[in-house]
Amino acid sequence: MSVLVFVEGLNGEIKKSSLEAASYGSQVAQQLGTTATAVAIGEVQEDALARLGEQGISRVLYDADSRLNQFVADAYVKVIAKAAQQENAKVLVFSNSNIGAAVGSKLAVRLNGALATNVTSLPKTDGGQFVVTRGVFSGKAFADVNLAADVKIIAVKKNAFEITQTAGNTATVEKLSAELSDADFAAAPKETVMQDTEGGVLLQEAEIVVSGGRGLKGPENWHLVEDLAKALGAATACSKPVSDLDWRPHHEHVGQTGITVSPNLYIAIGISGAIQHLAGVNSSKVIVVINKDPEAPFFKAADYGIVGDAFEIVPKLIEAAKALDK
Amino acid sequence: MKILVCISNVPDTTSKINFTADNKEFDKNGVQYVINPWDEYALTRAIELKEAKGGTVTVLNVGEADAEPNIRKALAIGADDAIRVNAKPVDAFFVAQQIAAVAKEGNYDMILMGKESIDYNGSQVHGMVGELLGIPSVVPAFKLDMVDDSTARLEREIEGGKEVVEVKLPFVASAQQPMSEPRIPNMRGIMTARTKPLAVKEPVGAEAKAEYVGYSKPEKKGGVKMIDPENAGELITLLRNEAKVL
Repeated sequence: MSVLVFVEGLNGEIKKSSLEAASYGSQVAQQLGTTATAVAIGEVQEDALARLGEQGISRVLYDADSRLNQFVADAYVKVIAKAAQQENAKVLVFSNSNIGAAVGSKLAVRLNGALATNVTSLPKTDGGQFVVTRGVFSGKAFADVNLAADVKIIAVKKNAFEITQTAGNTATVEKLSAELSDADFAAAPKETVMQDTEGGVLLQEAEIVVSGGRGLKGPENWHLVEDLAKALGAATACSKPVSDLDWRPHHEHVGQTGITVSPNLYIAIGISGAIQHLAGVNSSKVIVVINKDPEAPFFKAADYGIVGDAFEIVPKLIEAAKALDK
Repeated sequence: MKILVCISNVPDTTSKINFTADNKEFDKNGVQYVINPWDEYALTRAIELKEAKGGTVTVLNVGEADAEPNIRKALAIGADDAIRVNAKPVDAFFVAQQIAAVAKEGNYDMILMGKESIDYNGSQVHGMVGELLGIPSVVPAFKLDMVDDSTARLEREIEGGKEVVEVKLPFVASAQQPMSEPRIPNMRGIMTARTKPLAVKEPVGAEAKAEYVGYSKPEKKGGVKMIDPENAGELITLLRNEAKVL
């Protein structure tokens, strides 16, 4: 038996969230006295795959079928299922991404496994159980779940685990072919449109997020958010009213019905902090709130706060951030 | 076109979350239940498609009798009929098997639900239902239109972009903003909802695989440290030296 980690690529490299999953998977393998194998699909550079050894992965199975360069759930599931059977994997580890959730739930049915998503802890394996902790109630609580099946599937919450790094370790890369048929691509996307992040940081992978609300008064003032984000190496985000008003695109909206983020640092500018917004950001490690209303509810959830006019405060922050030595 | 919309009955976003029985059970005391907000996007889009193209919208809930007020609310918003599978929704796999059984029997063209429920945040049921039925599941979709009578065009979110997918009916999709603008039931809707059919079915035999054994709450934050706006740059120093996040 072994532990199998599914890693996702982005621009030829492994996504940060997948490096976290690989680190997690290696630790589970150690706990169970076995080894961790990774399975990779699509456009990833081979040396990036070999470097997964630094996260404790011993072997990488790689399906380079170019039809897999875009996400196709059925085909991905087939490749991962094949790898799982070949490796006799009893624990499968994913990142809790859109792709991870889509393939994890299908694999749970196909492999007759027990699935836990949004996982925040390593398993506790006393007494024949396999208990992991997962985030529930939109960040307001945790649940301990026993995965009661022979095959356990875990999607780990983003930014909940440190990337472990043993410099110089390399994984061996082996080819994998799942012999995919045209039927596996029946629901293949007609078109894939990537956002132009202009060299910026992808919101879902970001360690720092700078977010703006209605307090910024209009889209013409967003340079404040963008400049601060740039100075900090952060991704930009916004509140629901801002995306509803079309000041910013929907894919930047964080909150209850938008994207859930859990960065190391979340800076909210001109956002009052309605409970629906908090639900999308409350597992951020450090929260900074800048608001001119001292009664804004967001201050109750914040670690640092500044009461004042964003148009005066943010330029000072940009200046101070630029002065930091990297 | 027959559309099945699956809804969960969940604690309202503003609810205080507490647990009883030595942190083994969720405390329902004083909690207001609502239709899962993500499911409302699926429900209103289904009603819009019905209004434009004809057909029926059936609402499905796997839950106990206390979910019925919110099932009636979905009928008041515009669904035609409802089915409640009379069972405690113990885990995603159990619920998916119930939905798959209803879907098979009713021969639906489209099975829609929210991206996730705001209580268990699993994001699992849609993929499982698709797999159980052997049909595509497009998740999470923020746009859904019909190309012709047998093909739908969806846009789904991927990290850092979007994909445009065309699928033949039947299929499963999960909904997220901005698929539709959720509606508030009007008086006429509320009146007619009372007499719309709500069938109660007993669950099919199904196993659960994830056992919820206990709950906990995050540690309370230490309180907010306020910084003088005149000296706002101090924040950056604190974030580096004290919070160590820069």
